[in-house]
Amino acid sequence: MIEASGLTKRFGSTVAVDGLSFEVRPGMVTGFLGPNGSGKSTTMRMIMGLDRPDAGQARIGGRRYGELRWPLREVGALLEARSFHPGRPARAHLAALAAANGIAASRVDAVLAQTGLTEVAGKRPGKFSLGMAQRLGIATALLGDPGVLLLDEPVNGLDPEGIRWIRYLLKQLAAQGRTVFVSSHLISEMALMADHLIVIGRGRLLADTTVAGLSAGSASLEDAFFELTSGASQFRAGLLAGDFHAPWQGTVERRHA
Amino acid sequence: MTAITASHARRASGGYRFRHVASMEWIKLRSQRYPLWTLAAMSALMIGIGVLTGHNAPRHNLSGYDPTNAGLAGLAIAQLVVGVLGVLMMTGEYSSGLIRATFAAVPRRRLVLAAKAVIFGTGTLVLGEILAFITFFAMRLSLPAGVPHPALGQPGVLRAVIMAGVYLCLIGLIGMGIGTLVRHTAVAISILVALLFVISIVLLALPHHMAYPVGKFLPVIIAENSLTAVVPTTPALPVWTGLGMMCLYTAVLLGAGGWLLARRDA
Repeated sequence: MIEASGLTKRFGSTVAVDGLSFEVRPGMVTGFLGPNGSGKSTTMRMIMGLDRPDAGQARIGGRRYGELRWPLREVGALLEARSFHPGRPARAHLAALAAANGIAASRVDAVLAQTGLTEVAGKRPGKFSLGMAQRLGIATALLGDPGVLLLDEPVNGLDPEGIRWIRYLLKQLAAQGRTVFVSSHLISEMALMADHLIVIGRGRLLADTTVAGLSAGSASLEDAFFELTSGASQFRAGLLAGDFHAPWQGTVERRHA
Repeated sequence: MTAITASHARRASGGYRFRHVASMEWIKLRSQRYPLWTLAAMSALMIGIGVLTGHNAPRHNLSGYDPTNAGLAGLAIAQLVVGVLGVLMMTGEYSSGLIRATFAAVPRRRLVLAAKAVIFGTGTLVLGEILAFITFFAMRLSLPAGVPHPALGQPGVLRAVIMAGVYLCLIGLIGMGIGTLVRHTAVAISILVALLFVISIVLLALPHHMAYPVGKFLPVIIAENSLTAVVPTTPALPVWTGLGMMCLYTAVLLGAGGWLLARRDA
């Protein structure tokens, strides 16, 4: 269970995340959907304690990330494709992180096998393809066998086979009762992968609903998405025109299934 | 009382501790090839310079000649290598993105810095001492016959050799402190080079009475004129004052780095 309440992050005069509150529940894949630059990554980084919120807080199982006793055994994350040193072999990378959280060395080989990296485990990952780099990122996330998984754009740059593999893996992890929170700007992928959707635009919550709930009343999920997020760009147009009434308020919906 | 209870409660509740983080940093340090190659090249250079200075030691006019100090001249190069490795210990994590995985595993960021400092500091201290002693003996063996050979038993000689190793360790940690503060490899290395070389070159252009009061506080001058000097040179800081200054620089840089590390977004 992930709970965000009133999460706010400003970068200079830009508000990247604006009073965002939501819950991510276990046992299902929750998609985190929004256009590029809508604040998905910043939100995930705040959940992980990497960015400090200007207001609000995020809790995982009731505790802030920094309070977790063995963080990797409780939360696994794939935040960027490359979160490893290019010169350090994949196995050593995983072994180092395992040591930091008292994770059994056998888990290193287990996640290497699970992600199909056993044969390249001794190789330096600097020359890994994007797909292999993503899989090393997934292996890192799975290392501590965590109950909560956060993945930021995990299908980016993957071939269709890789995308299918991740889709199946995430569904499987959710079916085991884990909390799976996965961001994407690809609506079609979210339609296939997610059970529940949290949609944001310009750092604000636009919808917190099921896939069916979101697409109800629109020709397709994609149409529903554009109807929702067009509010976010109207907000910008309104500001430029000097209109400080919030024009998006008319289009924001919070639909619950 | 409260503190004891709190630490007791934390121990009972489990969770990662310093030894876990140190273990991570040790695996990281030994699983890369470039530090080994760089340190091997550096060691060869430093020993080679020791042999050359021994071989070319002046045969006449020996008053004031300090063969131990001269033999350790390779420190000027070794300090740069160790300092750069110290910088990379931190900036390498930022440039590769590994820092996010590290902080995900260990959200208490200052514990990460402490573990890095202890692991890298111990490594450079051990290597620095081994290297200083090998360099000393290599220099001694290559001294021409007829020139007085220094011995570790003579006053100040053992201290000068030991201090050479300590100096390398402290420069490595200073590099790590700079790397933690500025996070960008190129910027951090530029600052390190400025500290180690550029400032002393600028001071050379100034008149002596202006350059000396400032110069004696520079790391490289402390190393040459205070720490590794058997024959006292003037003007220089006394040995222990020089060591104290070096420790102060290290503590301030690592302290400031740790303070920022805990507050900045990663």
